[in-house]
Amino acid sequence: MREKERPVFISVSPFTFSFPFTALASIAHRITGVLLFLGIGYLLWLLSLALESEAGFAQAAAILAAPFAKIVLWVVLSMLIYHILAGVKHLLLDFHIGDTFEAATAATYAVVGLSVVLALITGAWIW
Amino acid sequence: MVTNVTSLTRSGLSDFVLQRVSAVLLTLYTLCVVGFFLVNPDMDHATLKAYFASTPMLLFSTLMVLSTAAHAWIGMWTVGTDYIREHYFGRHHTFFRLVYQGGCLFILFVYVVWALQLFWSL
Repeated sequence: MREKERPVFISVSPFTFSFPFTALASIAHRITGVLLFLGIGYLLWLLSLALESEAGFAQAAAILAAPFAKIVLWVVLSMLIYHILAGVKHLLLDFHIGDTFEAATAATYAVVGLSVVLALITGAWIW
Repeated sequence: MVTNVTSLTRSGLSDFVLQRVSAVLLTLYTLCVVGFFLVNPDMDHATLKAYFASTPMLLFSTLMVLSTAAHAWIGMWTVGTDYIREHYFGRHHTFFRLVYQGGCLFILFVYVVWALQLFWSL
């Protein structure tokens, strides 16, 4: 009997399995995508107000003066930054650019790091 | 072979390409709009309206509305077919998935009509 070659069952659940950093970055791309589906509505609402009239522009500015509205805008823009950067990385991998294990892992750290930096700059810009 | 009647092009390969082409266009559009806000720190209504009302931006925005619809549908469809299946949702999973897809289509329809009406009435 070759017992050692029997397949091993690994339960893929967040409670029993620690996901590698790249897997978390991958699911974050998907989660930000789904949330941006709703975030588009928020951006479109603000843009439609600002484009409508002088009064509408003032109204949009007044809405964005509230801390909660600023936080929502910052979250939506930060998710957009991450979704775009992770998408660019994905597109490069599609063209087999940097698709070795080491390069792709390094690129994932670069995407997350750059996203954090750009999100902080965006936050400073909003406030 | 399972035929997916609700996927955008009914071909995974075409959806794959469309997802990426629309992604590139949406990224370029985002850079254009963000860049415009960055060079105009003291934004006012007239400046913003003149920018979006210009013919190149009107055409670009229209293309973006269509790209968003395609990109979002393919993405939401993929997520829906990945998670709303029998293993998680039981016997009536097809019903739940159709409700979810219907909801996504409704929201996208509102976005498309709202955005096109907004840009073309400037």
